[in-house]
Amino acid sequence: MSALRTSIASAALVLAGAAFLAGATDGFRAFTSEAARRVAVHGRPVAVPTVALETEAGDRISLAELRGKWLLVDFIYTGCRTLCLSLGSDFARLEHELAEPIASGRVRLLSISFDSSNDSPRELGAYLERYRRRGTGWHAARPTDEAGLVELKRSFGVTVVPDGLGGYVHNAAIHLVDPQGRIVEILDPGATDRIVESLRRFGVT
Amino acid sequence: MRLPAAAAVTLFLVLALPPVRHALEASMTAQMLVQLPLLAAVGYLLGRAIPARLGAALADWNYRGITGIVLASLAGAYWMLPRLLDASVTEPAVAALKFVSVPLLVGLPLAQSWSRSSFVVRGVFVLELLASLFRLGWLYLISPVRLCNIYLLDDQQRLGQGLIAIGAILFLWIAARLLWGRFDPTRYAGERPGGGCSSLITNPPGRP
Repeated sequence: MSALRTSIASAALVLAGAAFLAGATDGFRAFTSEAARRVAVHGRPVAVPTVALETEAGDRISLAELRGKWLLVDFIYTGCRTLCLSLGSDFARLEHELAEPIASGRVRLLSISFDSSNDSPRELGAYLERYRRRGTGWHAARPTDEAGLVELKRSFGVTVVPDGLGGYVHNAAIHLVDPQGRIVEILDPGATDRIVESLRRFGVT
Repeated sequence: MRLPAAAAVTLFLVLALPPVRHALEASMTAQMLVQLPLLAAVGYLLGRAIPARLGAALADWNYRGITGIVLASLAGAYWMLPRLLDASVTEPAVAALKFVSVPLLVGLPLAQSWSRSSFVVRGVFVLELLASLFRLGWLYLISPVRLCNIYLLDDQQRLGQGLIAIGAILFLWIAARLLWGRFDPTRYAGERPGGGCSSLITNPPGRP
């Protein structure tokens, strides 16, 4: 009798455990937080906050002003010599590949610095120079206040950890923001053709 | 209050102190190798403090401790998910879930079930634990990407080394028990109820 009861109880636990696991991993799709935020925006696009930014040209803009265009957003700091290098060259390549929609004002590239204390407009300009930005379709900017930065990191799901060597480690990705100001897709750095493909799927190019 | 209960409450309160929690969650290694095992220990001590009557009432559903060990294994596996390690630091609700579920669903059922479990049940559990330690350790050691967004890659690799080291020590200890411990059912069967083999792992060699 107790063997039977134990079988029933254990089987019920295994089923409950599998259900919990499915719930905790978005149906076995996301075992890491990085995968989770990608899956999350697919199901439910996340609204971008209207945060005030200062660009490399010293202009004050609000993220809200950029609504109406498709945005490709990445998070960087200009002192970065690792991941941001690949993000920088990705954006340089995207600026080239998306030249037409950029010229017609449908697409903008935006690199947001999370190291606002170091990344003055001059540093941001030098960053764009380093990647040989061609025209005005790619901007670099920093949030004007700490609260804005916190809000940006939270809504985009960006985690920044000091690496103990004066730099930062952060989850690098390219975020696709639609004209309504919602993050609709998060893609890996290096996957520029997938980004172009996504834009085509959304009917932008 | 009996000693294990007092120890359980004290340990839990210490672990829940903000500076202690912060220190143990500052690195992936400390969270997985110190905080989570200590939270399980809270539950284990709590399980030792529970009157035997209560365990006996559930015994019908916990034949040879199988149900309890299944529960502890599942709940333990849940807390191996990198996503939950991240979330338990950044999201208060998940943190609360960790502080409640690890003691109550891992440590406590183990305490209630281990003494009831047979040689085979223990063997299966320990083998799976060893396999998990090596599997996860290897994964963390070789993964070129960070599995937790809040922790650094070298921390993840250190954790991998730690898991493999613990797995190796556990393996050597079990191997030593199998070779020199009092475990052989053919030699000790009948010496005590349930067979002498069940003394493997809990009783030191030479002390039945």
